[in-house]
Amino acid sequence: MSKKITRRGVLAVTAGAGAALAMPTIFDGSVWADGHSGFTNAPQGDTVTLGFNVPQTGPYADEGADELRAYELAVEHLNGGGDGGMMSTFSSKKLQGNGILGKKVEYVTGDTQTKSDAARASAKSMIEKDGAVMVTGGSSSGVAVAVQALCQEAGIIFMAGLTHSNDTTGKDKRANGFRHFFNSYMSGAALAPVLAANYGTDRKAYHLTADYNWGYTTEEAVRSSTEAMGWETVNAVKTPLASTDFSSYIAPVLNSGADVLVLNHYGGNMVNSLTNAVQFGLRDKSINNKNFEIIVPLYSRLMAKGAGANVKGIFGSTNWHWSLQDEGSKAFVKSFGTKYGFPPSQAAHTCYVQAMLYADAVERAGSFNPCAVVEALEGFEFDGMGNGPTLYRAEDHQCFKDVLVVKGKENPDSEFDLLEIVEVTPAEKVTYAADHPQFAGGQLGTCNPGA
Amino acid sequence: MLGLTRKDTTILLIVTVLALGAPFLLNPFPISSPLAQFNAGYPDLMQRFVIFGIFAIGFNILFGLTGYLSFGHAAFLGVGSYAGVWMFKLLGMNVIPAILASMIVAGLFSVLIGYISLRRSGIYFSILTLAFAQMSFSLAYSVLTPITGGETGLQLSLNDPRILGQSVTPDGNIPVPSLFGLEMGENTRLVISNWVFTFNVGYYFCAVILILAFYLSIRIFRSPFGLMLRAIKTNQTRLNYTGLNPKPYTLAAFVISGMYAGLAGGLMVAMDPLAGAERMFWTASGEVVLMAILGGAGTLIGPILGAGFIKYMENIVSKINETILHNWFAFLPDGLEDIVVSMVYPFIGKGWHLTLGILFMLVVIFLPGGLVEGGQRIGRIFRRKKKKETGDGSGATTVNPAE
Repeated sequence: MSKKITRRGVLAVTAGAGAALAMPTIFDGSVWADGHSGFTNAPQGDTVTLGFNVPQTGPYADEGADELRAYELAVEHLNGGGDGGMMSTFSSKKLQGNGILGKKVEYVTGDTQTKSDAARASAKSMIEKDGAVMVTGGSSSGVAVAVQALCQEAGIIFMAGLTHSNDTTGKDKRANGFRHFFNSYMSGAALAPVLAANYGTDRKAYHLTADYNWGYTTEEAVRSSTEAMGWETVNAVKTPLASTDFSSYIAPVLNSGADVLVLNHYGGNMVNSLTNAVQFGLRDKSINNKNFEIIVPLYSRLMAKGAGANVKGIFGSTNWHWSLQDEGSKAFVKSFGTKYGFPPSQAAHTCYVQAMLYADAVERAGSFNPCAVVEALEGFEFDGMGNGPTLYRAEDHQCFKDVLVVKGKENPDSEFDLLEIVEVTPAEKVTYAADHPQFAGGQLGTCNPGA
Repeated sequence: MLGLTRKDTTILLIVTVLALGAPFLLNPFPISSPLAQFNAGYPDLMQRFVIFGIFAIGFNILFGLTGYLSFGHAAFLGVGSYAGVWMFKLLGMNVIPAILASMIVAGLFSVLIGYISLRRSGIYFSILTLAFAQMSFSLAYSVLTPITGGETGLQLSLNDPRILGQSVTPDGNIPVPSLFGLEMGENTRLVISNWVFTFNVGYYFCAVILILAFYLSIRIFRSPFGLMLRAIKTNQTRLNYTGLNPKPYTLAAFVISGMYAGLAGGLMVAMDPLAGAERMFWTASGEVVLMAILGGAGTLIGPILGAGFIKYMENIVSKINETILHNWFAFLPDGLEDIVVSMVYPFIGKGWHLTLGILFMLVVIFLPGGLVEGGQRIGRIFRRKKKKETGDGSGATTVNPAE
């Protein structure tokens, strides 16, 4: 030790460091458990905190913003504000507009940036810092799967936002995670009959697939359901997620002998690839004496808006659309429209419903304990949330409900009225066995209430 | 002490105190006050401070000493992460083998990339490393999906073999990372009236490793090897003329710094067992460059400060939303409140990048030596005052410029 460091200084530093080191060992954890009653972040006092983890920056920022609007609306309704939205049409009447179990609902927000690392960091800070008892939101399957796994570890309920990949409730399913949104398999199953009816059963399909997890499962789902009705898959090409120009991928399509192009793309990818395909004049071509067609398995209004006139007449599937005329949808569109001045997207719908379902499950369970909530949600059947009678299946925590097959509208009335509903495929047509090969390889595990 | 000079010992002690006392130092505001928003003393963020501190220290060994600007360091972090998760999947949940594997794999990977990239210097070297890192990212994101989990990231599952541990815990969940049974996620809370301090096992594990890594970096800085690296930075041509071959030295520095990155990657998955491809993206590589420059490239403590600063911005400032702003300015009259909020809003929440960019510009323009130079300037002002008061300059220590 050199002499310039004073005795006093060293003493102070050592004492400080020693105290800091010793602290965790001196105090037994249970003494300072500050009223935790058997599960992570048990709400204290008269409020409960929910975590809304949505993409605020990055490629899905638009959807994230719409999700956040829906959550704010849901919180308002849960706390008794506004017109109550879907609370009046929801088949379960437990929610009274006095918060959840009498506790006022508060929320924290975070930015997933559509990156699994950032999403987990944001969710962790909600759990560790803000004491969120449930995390919800997200607009991509990678994020949903990553955050779902985190919530399982932490002992928190995760209510997935927009996530369409089979894996979320397939190979990567978790006991603490729940998905209301539909999935790739359901898209394929709902689209196939409509495509057969419109385009015939002897088509040759060419797939362009976004080169990541969701793209793979969607391609697989659409392929297997179209091949089952007699279509032939000529080729399937993977495109890098970061591509913005798809012309080099579109050109070979013309010479492949295919007469249908399936774009397994989402968001900006889909907007660009569809625009490229239409500009190439694919839709005016006639191959094998059949008019060339384009299909987009997963549609959203925000994407249709981006692609503009190019979406006219193109088939796809969607989870929900604001033009639905059931009571639940009408109530939701009305209260969303009153607050924000335009109709909600499907992302907003699924997020609003997820928040309501969570609140209702807590009310019915009488506890915020994740295991009690899991029990309340498993096998729960409900109606009045815009998708008709719906089941939260216990085996994989996936909602089974009607799926919409939509088509780009030929003569839109407004900038929101871009899609028209072609068919409402009933839930039993898109239901699959829990051990279906497209969903194999995962285990739910058991619910984890955390500390 | 420990073979260090007096000044270096002081720095090491400062880092030790900061690292071990972080749960107190980062939680200055009581939970009920509105300022609690700015508390950073929760385990996840503290772990991030320390892990990115290690990453930045390692980067600084290459950039600060040899002047070689690598734009692909995140690749080593990512490779280390994947290696760590695979150890968790195959061997068991003990963090030691995972971290060792991370360092070894990242080391080997950096030998490969370093050997090729170091054939060029300056901007060409930077571009080569950037290209390699982007290549690694793309491979991890799509082609290598079976190994890396692709977009979803590599995560543990109940079906993993874990030959030295258990695949499934008795209550049916995936086991959590632990150090010989001591779980990384374990917390002890200390409540003092309105303050809650959280002591996290994982954090202290990281903090101890940070101190060791920092000590090692001081020794490297002060060693003949470090001197050689600095000679390379100063004038490589002259070094060639004296008959010395700088290649082995730069490659060694590159590999050491790659292993630091691997260590950081290993620690990341030890705290949170998921490895996403995004952590290899070029922006992540750029971030560590920002950390080093913001804190003070070539200084010992600078990179740690830079890492802490950026992570604080990312995690705290980005979470302030409009509602919170309205609460803060609620005392203003209604119209004025809206104006103030709309003026501040672009700089917080999702606009945190903007704030960071402005601060970065200010630092580079006015404090070219980074935050460390800022600290030194403040220190000098106080010292000058003291000198005047005592009228005796001989006792004051000489000011050493930043390396």
